[in-house]
Amino acid sequence: MDNTKKLTITINDKEYKVDPGQTIMQAADKCGYHIPRLCYHPKLSIEGACRVCIVEVEGMRNFIASCCYPVADGMKIRTNTRELRQARRDIVELLVDNHPEDCHTCERDGNCELQRLVYSMGIRHRHFTGERKHYEKDLSGASVIRDPDKCILCGRCVRMCSEIQGVHCLTQAHRGFNTVVMPAYNMPFAESVCSGCGQCINVCPTASFVEKNYTQELFEKLNDKSLIKVAQFAPSVRAAIGEAFGLAPGRNMEGQLIAAMRRLGFDYVFDTQFAADLTIMEEGSEFLERLQGNGPLPLITSCSSAWMKYVEQFYPDMLDHISTAKSPMSMASAMIKTYWAEKMKIDPKKILSVATMCCTAKKYEATRPELDVHGMRATDLVVTTREMAWMIKSAGIDFVNIKEEKPDSPLGLSSGAGAIFGVTGGVMEAAVRTAYELYTGETLIDIELADIRGFKGVKEAKVVIDGKELRLAVAHGLGNAHKVMEMVRKDRNRFHFVEVMGCPGGCIGGGGQPYATANSIPLDEEALRLRAQALYDLDRGKTIRRSHDNPDIQRLYREYLGRPLSEKSHELLHTHYKAKLPRGIVSPELKIV
Amino acid sequence: MAKTSTKERATPATHEEKLAELKAHMAELQKQENAQSQLISILHKAQSLYGYLPNHVMDEIAQTMGIPTAHIWGVATFYHYFKLTPPGRYEIALCLGTACYVKGAAQILQAVKDELKIDVGGVTEDGVFSLAPARCLGACGLAPVAMIGEKIHGELTPKKVVQILKDYRKQAEKDK
Repeated sequence: MDNTKKLTITINDKEYKVDPGQTIMQAADKCGYHIPRLCYHPKLSIEGACRVCIVEVEGMRNFIASCCYPVADGMKIRTNTRELRQARRDIVELLVDNHPEDCHTCERDGNCELQRLVYSMGIRHRHFTGERKHYEKDLSGASVIRDPDKCILCGRCVRMCSEIQGVHCLTQAHRGFNTVVMPAYNMPFAESVCSGCGQCINVCPTASFVEKNYTQELFEKLNDKSLIKVAQFAPSVRAAIGEAFGLAPGRNMEGQLIAAMRRLGFDYVFDTQFAADLTIMEEGSEFLERLQGNGPLPLITSCSSAWMKYVEQFYPDMLDHISTAKSPMSMASAMIKTYWAEKMKIDPKKILSVATMCCTAKKYEATRPELDVHGMRATDLVVTTREMAWMIKSAGIDFVNIKEEKPDSPLGLSSGAGAIFGVTGGVMEAAVRTAYELYTGETLIDIELADIRGFKGVKEAKVVIDGKELRLAVAHGLGNAHKVMEMVRKDRNRFHFVEVMGCPGGCIGGGGQPYATANSIPLDEEALRLRAQALYDLDRGKTIRRSHDNPDIQRLYREYLGRPLSEKSHELLHTHYKAKLPRGIVSPELKIV
Repeated sequence: MAKTSTKERATPATHEEKLAELKAHMAELQKQENAQSQLISILHKAQSLYGYLPNHVMDEIAQTMGIPTAHIWGVATFYHYFKLTPPGRYEIALCLGTACYVKGAAQILQAVKDELKIDVGGVTEDGVFSLAPARCLGACGLAPVAMIGEKIHGELTPKKVVQILKDYRKQAEKDK
């Protein structure tokens, strides 16, 4: 077929010229007809399972699923006839028939794609009363909860987990009415290869996957007068939380978030971005050490919790490449319970350290015993952006109009380098800014690394430090991480420094970010781009853009840690990894986007 | 099918021997293109060796073939042929074909279920019996029939089948 020639089709009796090589749904989208859909997601393979997107094509005996049928010249398509509406409605009614009737007590009430679909189909009664499935919830995982009763078997989670994340934790087991999405051997999440990334939550149209919710516990503890409540929040939270309040993506809500958290009852609000600067000091120094022959190269970053669990299960033979530096969250918590507690003369046992993260895997990270400081758990509670947004709403705080506030000192001030930690390539960019100067003693003029910005799966770049060419690689999404790890396995000299973030787009696309709204799709690339831009703008707006120039970081080293990689740093800011079972298997057929 | 697996299990083989045979089968397949698409053939082989698909054997297949364990689990649970629990020492294949059904197979099935306290596809707690439906055993003249282990029992009545099961159980206890 001549791929350059336009096709002539009619949709609902109007004629359109469309490009060949696309599906009816894609063509209709471009012509301004939104065909209802459910199992379809543009980033995932076509499943064609739900049949919600059926259309009528003249000359065809049956309705056809528009997501998986290519347009052809002369096609006469109808998207909204009486018969179609009835058929679609029946399909959705049958889906709903095998779904609990508990919308008003459901975690996703008001945020549910199925609910919206049911409403838009005009279903106002439940006509069918067939058998309904019932399974136990899987509450074992530290990050993600699975509730098969709410599952409508669209398969988006399974495809996300395998095609984009390369984790292959989930499958559709059994058949027909008995089909259930589950890990291998129906193992509980806690004993599976689940990385905790939470992308299944992001793409789930219902509440079949949700994060382990700590909002009630946090409300309880915020009312406990005997505790000193200390908050920190990740860079990407500020870039996305506005969406949960109806704002367009990409509004930096840092000041509002700090103010709202104080109203919720936090005594001190620190910024994880400060600890991102601290991570750069340690990780950057570790990189320079390894560059001088002390330790294996490439050095691979370790900030992303999902990535850490993934690497321990999928690449246990390559753990010596992983930076021993803790993640910014865990560094901040360690500093809160030692440096800050000592400075304030507070008993660290009385501190409640709470992190608001764009991430679900951080909930698991917080439970890792090797991250304890002086026998205490470093991060007591982790809530996601979604949970924090809910708490703010639940407490009746006018988030959008609240007067902006600044974080507390001395763990609040951050450089621009700390801000860009939330977007793919950001950790690398921040590390280069500091490593360059620590190594050469000169100031890096052009501090923005364009080659490692953007959403390409694996990005490569070169920088020259003191006449030495360094090869860098950046991957986001665990599927791309797999790709870069295979490159490293093949040739350990190919790269000097590798950054991996477990989620698509980096933390900005984390599993704990606000749900897609009625007019958007989960992990919409434009929304991710705007969130990233918010962080890049934050960086550009700062006078201090390099981690080592942050005066509070300098003070922390002067007063407490001594220097990067000191004995004290090693004790409080570094960790270790060990191989975990079950061992993960990455299929060579992985689809990488 | 029940017959084949009983026979295979009768040939004494250690776990190591079975695994070696399974690995040889996979190695043979890996010489071909798209070896991963041979998963069902591998699962057949594994079941013929072990009588069912133990999790550790599926792990072995996953590691060797580079097929994610969850994917193997999806395939193994999709097909009724694949057994995920060890079959009982005596596999009961109860015929539910037309002739047997007309002659009261449903009542026989109920009697077996009540006696053994298991459902179709289940295994008794002591591992002596497993129960599976069969379509036609080709012995319609003896309907209703059941095959227990490798022996055909015909002209069953609920009472008779219970007595037969008791006899097998006695035999199993003696063998212990």
